[in-house]
Amino acid sequence: MNAEVKMMRTAAETQYADALGSLPATGAIRDLRAKALSDFIEKGLPHRRVEEWKYTDLRVLMREMAPLADRPDASAIAEAKKNGVLANIGAREITFVNGAFAAELSNLKGLEKGLSISTLADALAKDPMLPQLLAGLNPSKYDAVYALNTAALNEGVVIDVAAGAQITKPIHIRHIVTGTKPVSVFGRVFVKAGKKSQATIVQSHSGPDAVAYQTNTVLQLSVADDAELDVVRVQAEGDKAIHLSMMIGAAGAKSRFRSFTLTTGASVSRHTVPFAFAGKDIRASISGATLLRHKQHADMTLEVDHALPGGESRELFKTVLDDETKGVFQGLIIVRPDAQKTDGRMMSAALLLGESAEMDNKPELEIFADDVQCAHGATTGALDDDLMFYLRARGIPKKEAESLLIQSFFGEAIEQIENEKIRDAVMLRAGKWLAERSVK
Amino acid sequence: MPAVQETVERVKSIDVDQYKYGFETKIESDRAPKGLDESTVRFISAKKNEPEWLLEWRLEAFRRWKTMSEPDWARVKINPIDYQDLYYYSAPKTTAGPKSLAEVDPELLKTYEKLGIPLREQEMLAGVAVEGRSKVAVDAVFDSVSVVTTFQEELKKAGVIFGSISEAVKNHPELVRKYLGSVVPVTDNFFATLNSAVFSDGSFVYIPKGVRCPMELSTYFRINERNTGQFERTLIIADEGAYVSYLEGCTAPQRDENQLHAAVVELVALEGAEIKYSTVQNWYPGDSAGKGGIYNFVTKRGDCRGNNSKISWTQVETGSAITWKYPSCILRGDNSQGEFYSIAISNGHQQVDSGTKMIHLGKNTSSRIISKGIAAGVSQNTYRGQVSAHRKASNARNFTNCDSLLIGDKCGAHTTPYIEAKNSSAVFEHEATTSKISDEMLFYCRQRGLSAEEAVALVVNGFVKDVLQHLPMEFAVEAQKLIAISLEGSVG
Repeated sequence: MNAEVKMMRTAAETQYADALGSLPATGAIRDLRAKALSDFIEKGLPHRRVEEWKYTDLRVLMREMAPLADRPDASAIAEAKKNGVLANIGAREITFVNGAFAAELSNLKGLEKGLSISTLADALAKDPMLPQLLAGLNPSKYDAVYALNTAALNEGVVIDVAAGAQITKPIHIRHIVTGTKPVSVFGRVFVKAGKKSQATIVQSHSGPDAVAYQTNTVLQLSVADDAELDVVRVQAEGDKAIHLSMMIGAAGAKSRFRSFTLTTGASVSRHTVPFAFAGKDIRASISGATLLRHKQHADMTLEVDHALPGGESRELFKTVLDDETKGVFQGLIIVRPDAQKTDGRMMSAALLLGESAEMDNKPELEIFADDVQCAHGATTGALDDDLMFYLRARGIPKKEAESLLIQSFFGEAIEQIENEKIRDAVMLRAGKWLAERSVK
Repeated sequence: MPAVQETVERVKSIDVDQYKYGFETKIESDRAPKGLDESTVRFISAKKNEPEWLLEWRLEAFRRWKTMSEPDWARVKINPIDYQDLYYYSAPKTTAGPKSLAEVDPELLKTYEKLGIPLREQEMLAGVAVEGRSKVAVDAVFDSVSVVTTFQEELKKAGVIFGSISEAVKNHPELVRKYLGSVVPVTDNFFATLNSAVFSDGSFVYIPKGVRCPMELSTYFRINERNTGQFERTLIIADEGAYVSYLEGCTAPQRDENQLHAAVVELVALEGAEIKYSTVQNWYPGDSAGKGGIYNFVTKRGDCRGNNSKISWTQVETGSAITWKYPSCILRGDNSQGEFYSIAISNGHQQVDSGTKMIHLGKNTSSRIISKGIAAGVSQNTYRGQVSAHRKASNARNFTNCDSLLIGDKCGAHTTPYIEAKNSSAVFEHEATTSKISDEMLFYCRQRGLSAEEAVALVVNGFVKDVLQHLPMEFAVEAQKLIAISLEGSVG
């Protein structure tokens, strides 16, 4: 079992190396890209012997890389215009179609005072320090998703909220894939929330069903002291897609951070959240609901790193698994020696509806400070027979009774969303998933 | 709780560095030449007059072992182990196979007396009359060989086979051959494979159909010789409807160098059988500077092979410089049950990476894990466990609770559970907490006149109570004292 295994390079690895290696290099990010690509060529795609990817063997799940997407033409833009999600939340929309910034579907006019939004290319031209900032918010060790995203770094958006600015209108970044051919799409979003600023970011991913496209997006968040940032993500990719994403955050003293992710899309998805408590007395909540059917596979991996004292973190994840789906939750809370008085709580609950559904939970605690309160819990189970009986006894049909119970199960996580309009829209999407569910 | 008061007194009288069992017995011993190659394996096999099949079995393991590398996934830092710089076989020099206690070297008997292990049946029987204790049959293993097994006659009457595994190979080859390696295969892992190649002795227990073992069985392991590794192998088989409670204790002298202990324990419970396995592990943990101590790399696994069978592990881990051990249950039979109760205490420079695996394969299987980790000093204490339900393991049920307590700000407590449900009717619950002893609790105790150390001992004893109550009574008292001693020097 401990014998050395020499890995052959897979087709996908070779294709990535070739496709990303031949991208035209542009100025300041050339070094960043070259470094990331050489890391990838050396270490490759993760497999089940890589501890962090134990339950999501990307080498097996991603045999081939889809060709890089072309710039969207008029028909792609027209298709994207019809297909976005979360249209009615009163947000300022910024849209990427097949990975490219679509100015015609983005609203950059009349920006509130203190808010600046620019494409990655423009921001790089203006701010020579940006590549360093981006590289500063990287995962603590090699991650293939981040390496590939950086090696393909080209399109993206930089949102800068100045110190003290209070931006009440949510900013909605939409990643839309169109067409009928499998493509590879990359995206990068960088949000800088200044001191005492406040903002709400929404990120959504959608695309056509029955197309095996591949997306890779990285959202980097720099939350300054006393800032307040809300992030809501909706992953509603097409049913054959492979979705790889990361949300990398670092928070400053006394800041407040909330994030929520709804996952219903993609055949294979992996969302990784490395979040660093880089100041004192930070309060953060990271939550999510994952609703899967057919043969979907969704992996949610968190690493909450408390480096300084007084932090409070709350993680709540609900996973509903129908049919032959597979859910993965890996959550690590690290409390470093200086992070005394940390209060961390992590909960992952899974509801197994399908007989062949599978849930793999790995909640971890890694604690080096003594004056802390940390706990994690993980549960796995089916619908409660007694509750079902209670509802059925009152004349409620089976499907409705199940829906009620399932909704109350994931509803607890969705309620973590602070913004009412967004919360309602997310609940609606989850309700739609429930309505489409077939009862055996 | 009167025991707590006693514990506290005991703690007071002992210095930080004092390991009670650290003495060395001067006794002539018979050793295999240093180092490990095929000839060492043949030497051990020849010493034991083993049949050809067992030698082949060992050699196959050894060849396999040469192709393996040490596992590195555990959260422990290990000084490189030079496997060629060890003695793989050491036995006290005595006339072959003592027939009665009278023939056993008096030095050896003294050693066990010092350790508080009763080997003289008469004395024990007298003890029964006085204290109303139950009888315990003991198999004493000194370095590589079993020295003596008590209460042989009485056990024989019940049909129970209890003795060293070398004897079992001679007298009951069909049983050994059938079950040896059937739970922990030869190729299981680096240390288990090494053990398969060089295991020297250990205990063998067979409880026949429908027999409830009339007394507790116990093995006492002692490493005495310098630079020897101890590789014992224990095999316990409970036939249909049988019951046995088995205790295991371990100590070693205080030495500056690290010593290797790589044991394998296999339990087989057939239909309706129950095995209760308790360990109080108190190998030498090294001194306060982290020098010396035992490297404890143990593979323990129980197989609930028959329907309605049950295996229960209880462990109190206080010793060893490094503990790497995951007593597991394979719940193969329908309605089988697995339990794991653990107290793991680390102080000084100790490193513990321990936990369990509950593999649910049969229908309606259930398992329970209660793990209490206490870290003090500059130690690192990790719980690592796996609970999994196979596709066909309908109605699998697990409850896991692992709590960690931190004493001092230089230690670490970690929890790494893997919970894998491949069946929708599986119900798994897992909870883990980490905290320090709350100031309020200490304040409350101090206010009532307890010293800081007394207060900590009281709180810790409360913290581990859930596990202690699963230990046989004699062990529970001993374990409670041990816990207090292990935490000595951690307050203030």
